[in-house]
Parts: sequence; C-alpha cells; structure tokens
Amino acid sequence: MDKWSLMTIAVLLGLTVRWTVSLGSYSGAGKPPMYGDYEAQRHWQEVTYNLPINQWYFNTSDNNLQYWGLDYPPLTAYHSLLCACIAKLINPDWIGLHTSRGYESQPHKLFMRATVFIADLLVYIPAVIMYCCYLKETSTKKKVSTALCVLLYPGLILIDHGHFQYNSVSLGFALWGVLFLSNNWDLLGSVAFCLAINYKQMELYHSLPFFCYLLGKCFKRGLTGKGLVLLIKIAVTVVAAFAMCWLPFCTEAEQILQVLRRLFAIDRGLFEDKVANIWCSLSVLIKIKNIISPQTQLKLSFAFTFLSLLPACIKLTLQPSLRGFKFALVSCALSFFLFSFQVHEKSVLLVSLPVCLIINEIPFMATWFLLVSTFSMLPLLLKDGLLLAYIGTTLAFLTVCTASFSIFEKTSAEDLQLKSFSLSIWGYIPWLKPFPKIVKSLFLVSITLMGVLSLISATLNPPQKLPDLFPIFVSVVSCLHFLIFLMYFNIVLLWDSRNSRNQKKTN
Amino acid sequence: MRPATAAFRTVPAGSPLPVCACAVAPQRFCQGGCDMAVAATGGGSGGWFPALALGVSLLKCLLIPTYHSTDFEVHRNWLAITHNLPVSQWYYEATSEWTLDYPPFFAWFECALSHIAKYFDPEMLVIQNLNYASYATVLFQRLSVILTDTLFIYAVRECCRCVSGKRIGKDLLEKPMFVLAVLLLWNFGLLIVDHIHFQYNGFLFGLMLLSVARLFQERHLEGAALFAVLLHFKHIYIYVAPAYGVYLLRSYCLTENKADGSLKWSSFSFLRITLLGLIVCLVSALSLGPFIVLGQLPQLISRLFPFKRGLCHAYWAPNFWALYNAVDKALAVIGVKYKFLDPEKMQKAAMTGGLVQEFQHTVLPSVTPFATLICTVVSILPSVFCLWFKPQGPRGFLQCLILCALSSFMFGWHVHEKAILLAILPLSLLSVQRAKDAGLYLILTTTGHFSLFPLLFTAPELPIKILLMLLFTVYSFSSLRTLFRKNGPLLNWLEILYLTALVPLEIFCEIVFPLSPWKLKLPFIPLLLTSVYCALGITYAWLKLYVSVLTESATVRQKVE
Repeated sequence: MDKWSLMTIAVLLGLTVRWTVSLGSYSGAGKPPMYGDYEAQRHWQEVTYNLPINQWYFNTSDNNLQYWGLDYPPLTAYHSLLCACIAKLINPDWIGLHTSRGYESQPHKLFMRATVFIADLLVYIPAVIMYCCYLKETSTKKKVSTALCVLLYPGLILIDHGHFQYNSVSLGFALWGVLFLSNNWDLLGSVAFCLAINYKQMELYHSLPFFCYLLGKCFKRGLTGKGLVLLIKIAVTVVAAFAMCWLPFCTEAEQILQVLRRLFAIDRGLFEDKVANIWCSLSVLIKIKNIISPQTQLKLSFAFTFLSLLPACIKLTLQPSLRGFKFALVSCALSFFLFSFQVHEKSVLLVSLPVCLIINEIPFMATWFLLVSTFSMLPLLLKDGLLLAYIGTTLAFLTVCTASFSIFEKTSAEDLQLKSFSLSIWGYIPWLKPFPKIVKSLFLVSITLMGVLSLISATLNPPQKLPDLFPIFVSVVSCLHFLIFLMYFNIVLLWDSRNSRNQKKTN
Repeated sequence: MRPATAAFRTVPAGSPLPVCACAVAPQRFCQGGCDMAVAATGGGSGGWFPALALGVSLLKCLLIPTYHSTDFEVHRNWLAITHNLPVSQWYYEATSEWTLDYPPFFAWFECALSHIAKYFDPEMLVIQNLNYASYATVLFQRLSVILTDTLFIYAVRECCRCVSGKRIGKDLLEKPMFVLAVLLLWNFGLLIVDHIHFQYNGFLFGLMLLSVARLFQERHLEGAALFAVLLHFKHIYIYVAPAYGVYLLRSYCLTENKADGSLKWSSFSFLRITLLGLIVCLVSALSLGPFIVLGQLPQLISRLFPFKRGLCHAYWAPNFWALYNAVDKALAVIGVKYKFLDPEKMQKAAMTGGLVQEFQHTVLPSVTPFATLICTVVSILPSVFCLWFKPQGPRGFLQCLILCALSSFMFGWHVHEKAILLAILPLSLLSVQRAKDAGLYLILTTTGHFSLFPLLFTAPELPIKILLMLLFTVYSFSSLRTLFRKNGPLLNWLEILYLTALVPLEIFCEIVFPLSPWKLKLPFIPLLLTSVYCALGITYAWLKLYVSVLTESATVRQKVE
C-alpha cells in the first residue's frame, strides 16, 4: 500500500479516537458554581466577545477575574474571540454577557468539542504528519507507525478532547517549530515557537532548548560573521512575532504588565492539587508549603530547575545537533515539570510531546514514558468521569506501540541508546548481560503497578481519614518514574558522542 | 481448475479429480501451519492478528457512550422477559411493544446473559421498567456485545487460515490473510450496527463464518451443525439456507462425480445424509422441542414471521422495492402534473415519513408478501441450480451463499438495510482471492455501507460514521488495489463515478438539506435519495455477480468437456 493511503488511515484512526473520547464527559460537567475548564473556555469566549480588548485581563464589574479570569497569553484570547464569533452565529445565548454563566447543553457541548477537534485538525495533526514524513532514513512503514503512535498518544487526547483544553494548538505550534528547525528554516521555526509561547505560557518549558539550539548554531558559524547575522535575524524575527501578538495591548505599559501579572500568578503556591512532581511528592513527608515561606519556595524551585537543566543546555549549546535538540526538549521540559514553581498535572503533556518525537529512536523507553505520563493524570481523569476512555485509549496505545515497534524486543543497551554510556562506565561489569531482561521485567512490574493502582483508584473508596490516599500514591509512583526518566534522558543526551552512528542517522 | 480458484487451496469433494483431495489436504495444513509460523516469527510483525482484534475491541469500548437505538430497549426487554418468566410465557409476554421475536436459542442466550446482568443493575431485569437505560445497563449491554464478539474474532481467524498464502510477499500488509482479517474485523457495517446502533450480529456472523470455514476445511458435519444452531439464534439466516442444503447434498452426500463432472447417483452416501439429518433434527429439537411440547409452536411462528409489517421498512432498504416505490411515486407525480391521474382519487400516499408501515402504491400494482416470496425464490433458483449442476467446491458454495443473501435482500418482504451485511461479510472472503470479486466487493461494500448511514441520525455520531466509513473505504480500496496491482484497475470509470457521487450525496443530505427550506415540506427527501441511489449500486452489483457466476461456471464446464 502506498504511503499516503497508510498515512490517511493513521490520521483517520487518530481522528476517530479523538471524536469518540469527546462524546464522554468534560471537566466540571454539571458541577456549579465553578464548573471546570470547559466553563473557563466558554467564559473566555463570553468575555472576549463582549468586552473591549483593554478590559480582557482587568478586574471590572463585567469581568470578575475570580471566576475563571483570562490567564493565558493573547493568542488564546484571540482564539476564544474567533470561537465566540462562530458561537454568536449559531446561538447567541452561549456567549451572553453574565447570562451565559455555567451554560451547558448538548448542542453547546457539540460546538465546543468541534472547536477543539478543528483546532487539532488544523494545527497539531498536519505538524505530526509532516514531522513523520520528514524523518530521515526510515521506511514508509516506520514513518506511518510513528505517526500512528504519536496521534494515538492518550494523554493529549484525553486532556484536549475529554477534559477540555486546547493544548494541541500550542503543542502543534511547538511541533511546527521543531519541524522548521530540522529543515534549517530557523526563522520560520522561531516564529512558530513564538506563536506557541503566545498561546500558552507553559511553552516556556521548551524555550531553553530552542534558544540554546539556535544560539549553538550561531556559535558554530562563528560569532563574528555569518553567525552574528543569523543571530540578529532570529532576534528581530522573535521580537517582531511577539510584537504582532501583543500589538493590541501595546497601548500602555499597564496593559502589558497586567497581562504578565495574570500569566505568571505567583501567589498560587508551589503546586496545585496532586501533581506528580518532586514538591508534591516530598510534601507527603515534609509539609514544604507550611515550613518554608513562599519567597523561599520560589527561589528553591528556581535553583533546582536551573541546576537540573543546566547540563542539557550546555551540551546543546556547545554541540547543537537535531537529535540533541529533541532530547534536550525532553529533559528540559521534564526538569521544569519536576522542579519548577506552580506546575499543573497537565503540564506533563509538554514533556510528552518531545518524547513522542523520539518514539522511533527509543520506542521502548518512549512508550514507557508516555504510559506513565498518562497514568500520572489519572486522578484528574477520574474526576472528569473519563475512566472508560482512559482505559480504552491507553490499552490501544500500548497495543499499537507493541505491534508497530515490537518494543519488547528492543530493550538491549544499544536499543536504549545507552551503548556509549555503558561502555564508558559499566563496560567491565559482568551483570550487564541480562540487562535487556532486567529492563523488560522492570517495565512489566511498572505496567502492572500502574494497572493495579488505576483499578484501585477507580473502584475502591479511600479510607475516610485519608481521602487523598490514591491520588498521592499515583503522584509518588509517577514522580519516581519521572526522576528515573530524567536521569535516563540526560545520560543519553550527555553521552551522545558527536560522531556516533546514531547522530548521522537522525541528522 | 483455474489457478485463481485454486487459491483456496482446497480441492472440493465434488471436483472432477477427487483423488487430489487426499493428496493436497495434508499439504494444505502443513503450509497453513508454516504461514502462521512465518507470521509469528517474521521480523517483528508477530502477533498481528491479536493486535488487530484487540485494537478493534478497544475501539468498540470507546463507542460505549454513543447513541443507541430502540434495539437497545428491545434487548433489555428480552433480558427481563427471559429472566423473570417461565419458558412457557416467553412468546406470550407483551408488556412492551418489543416482544420476543427471535428463535429460542437467542432467548436462552438472553436468559444466560440476564444472570450476569443482575450483578450490574437488577433494575434492568424488571419487565415494567420500559426504556430503562442506566449507565450500568448500557455498560453491561455494550460489553456483552463486545465480549460475545470473541466468537466472531475466532471465526475470522479460521477464515484467514482458509485463505492461501500463495502470494506471500515480503510485506505483511500485502498478504491476503492480513487484508481479509482487517476487512472482516474492522467492517464498518458491523461496527456501527452492533456497537452504535446496538445489536448482536457479531457473534451470529461469527457462527456463520465459522461454519463456512468448517466447510472449507472439509469438516462438513461441524459446518452443518453450526449453521443449524445459527438458524435457531436468528432466523434471518434462513435466506442462505438453500446454499447450505444444496451444497451439503451435492458435495458431501454425493461422494463422487462422473468423469465429466455430472451427477453420479450411485455414490450417494446414506450414512452421510442420515448424519446430517440427525444433526439438524437434534438441534431443532433442542431449540423448538420445549415449545412443541407446550403446544406453542403456532404462537412462536407467528412471533417469528410477522407479515403484518409493510413491504418496506420505515426507511426503504436499498433494494428492488425501493426502486419500485420510487418509480411509482415518480409516475404519480408526473401523472398529476400532466393530468393523467385524478388527484382527488389518489390517496395521500404515505411516504417514508417515519412511522409509516404500509405503503400504498398509486400507479403500479401493490405488492403482496406472497409476490415477494415468489420473486425471492425465482431470483435464488439460478444460483442454486448452478451450485447443483456445476459444483465448484466450497468456493462455488460461497458464491451461491452470497447470491442467496443478495437476492433475498433485493426482493424480500420488509427487508432491513442491515441485512446487506449478510452478503458483504462472506464476499470479503472472495474479494481477497480474485480481482473480479474485489471490484464487486468495493461497489457492494461502499454502497451497502453508505446505505447504513441513516441508521445513525444524531449529530454527535455524524463525525464518527463518516470517519469510520472513510477509514474502512480507504483501507479496502488501497489494500485491494495493492493486492491486485498486476490485474489493472479494479473498477471502470462509470463505477468510480457512481461511487464518487456518494460524497456530494452525503454532503447534500447531511449539510445542505437541513439548512434548506425543503426541510419542513419534504423531510423524507434525504432518505429517499439515499435509498434509491444505493439501490442502483446494489442492484448493479447483484446483477454483475450473478452474471459472473453463471458465465464463469459455463467456462469451467467447457474446460472440463
């Protein structure tokens, strides 16, 4: 079968799964007074449609910021406005100022789901297809199976089409950025990434690798000649792209400052709910939030984040390579997720996206990571009533990965890209031989553990004294996984010798 | 024998060279085993079948929250009836309008399910709880369909084993058995009818395919027993019974042929026919016995064959009668316009408005159930004769079975659009064997599946049906085209044009029409267009298949002579 039929089938499968998930429940369905992210998005449509642009981010009598105030960058606001204009055509009640608060109905749900679906179809899915088509030195079949696995990644589907958010837009822009950079269209790549940041500020997790990669590229060309020109070009492009996005807010300084205050709300605390990061997991033992002052928390988290992403960034700046770039995206995003301030459980998607990009290089570890990342959002998904979709999509993803990459046969040190690391450190240790088996059994243990924990959280009632018992278990287990993954990805990145066969392969 | 026919790698008992059967049979099993071994170990593509089956099962799980039709309530009601009442009242109970109208085995099946259902939600087992659909009920009923589909999956695997690996290419995606597995497991019609609309066709078709596979494997008695059981699960399969009866008589009971391939009565085996009879009687006795003892047979039969329903279902199945009705309607309209007919005399003709069961023809003569029966029998006869006089082994049987199913679909009384699956699924087996059948299959599936669209009319299901349809259609077209790369194009330009026109038709019916002013005045237009347009394609496919079967057997006979 030719490439495009196969690709079409992969895309159609991805779309079908997306739409079936979207038939399910969404965040905050029928839960007044605050509802959930679905209502937040609807409320933003209401606000952006009815209020002048200079009131969007301000607390006014018409715009109560305590009730889902806009706290994403301008592009999200524009997107809401666009959706609102369409909503107005269909049914003005959906976005009536004040009157539409908490509006829920079947047609409205259909409309909202369709907006996510279309955004996904226009931004994220083409990026995935293009990315997979441009994979070098891979057979058609591998390209298509990579596309299928990426499109079926359950985390993103469940959060966007189940829980209700528009992550696929920002992630899609970031992916376009990666795609352009890998084709040496640095300026376009920068623009795409600026769009991503201006859609969701969380994309800053990816900013350092982008910055370091481009900077490293400029260094490589020599900072006095071509490199400087490139650097200036990129800088001008970035500034211009930002200016375009923020143009309506550039009327006065207070506007910009207010938007920034909304975007980086420091007063929200170190973490919210149950996140699978280090702070939340540590707080099981030590109540960090109570012991340390918020200012110190901020500094502490900054220091840890900085330290953990430093090696990857230095390596990337000194030796910019495409493969290193992708791994740096993973490890930086993961560092941010684990150590930074004010992390949401959904932010793990920012790590998952670059992991999806390397699924054809390290299928086994990537699949493992993607499963854990989906599992880490289990408490949220349970709250939204997405258990069935969670089980279905996760198992489907595992099936597809197993069938298309036969992951269980790729657990040797070489397949995990640990060859050079093992040579440099463990070369003489005899127990390296059963390494693949050990890894495989660890994987099975981990999968079983996640399955059992999912089942328990879904069926059993927690003891009354500890209502958060299961979510905490889920967070701690996922966090431990993530720490190991962070080490693993850093090792792969740092021990990647420049002239190795693999680098050539993917460059 | 032609090489293409030999692709099934089974020499039928009725073939001119019966000796070959013994010589080839062991080889077949050996090669079949080798195929599986290759598939299991070959370059990381091992276990593709479980992956396909698991994948589609998970998709079915994702479809659980979708819309379900009144058939959901029908089956819930049957669960309640069989759980609460003694056997003697099963076919008399009429609290709900959806009375039990399937044969006894299906009733027992529901009875068995009901004993698991009580752990999900006992409320669903209360007969008076009409239209009860709690989340647990939906979950249970949906899961019961998904889990009983295991039988279907098993049957598909058996069918795949009957397909030769003669064209073993390097690429797994280009193996006939792989293509067949996808075409059957991921069949669009089965997915939406069973897992969205709600019915239990999966395991029933599983029984049918399994019995077909058994006949291919020359395990005739098993095949016959499976089919007899199937008939007592759902009597609609009686349409294909002639194919079974004639094939078993001709190719199993008659053990040999004369040299020219004609009948040799002396080889008639009384032992074999006794065994067959015994099996059929035993199964029937198990099923109908209790009701005969209770003296309820007439009541049971009146429930199973309700001729009070109209010629066509509320939505016309795309068959001959849809064309007939459409011509009648057109004549009436033209007649009134040009004053041939008196509009006063004409009754307000009932159309496919929704709940209408009786359709009054205005110009053409009205059709009685007896007339449809005659038409059906007449249309089935040639294929049955062909099977009797020019036996071509299991392959000929399969062709006859498909023709029986299609003919009864074309002319039957009160045919449901879902019945097209009865032809589509067996035709999948043929489609991966020969380019000619592949072309036919593409026309029949695309049209037949499209005609199922009106089953799902709710807005949230619109994207699902379109996506699934595209998924299946893109796959079937590209995979069959790849499979028969060397045979040139599978369809001619007219056929392609016809199938492409389904796209604008769908856009008109689902998007343009609801926004147009005709929506209130002529609400039945989309249904009428769909069913008439699809009827054209299905009639064409039926005729083409008939012609191909009749001419092909003629050439075979010539060769033999």
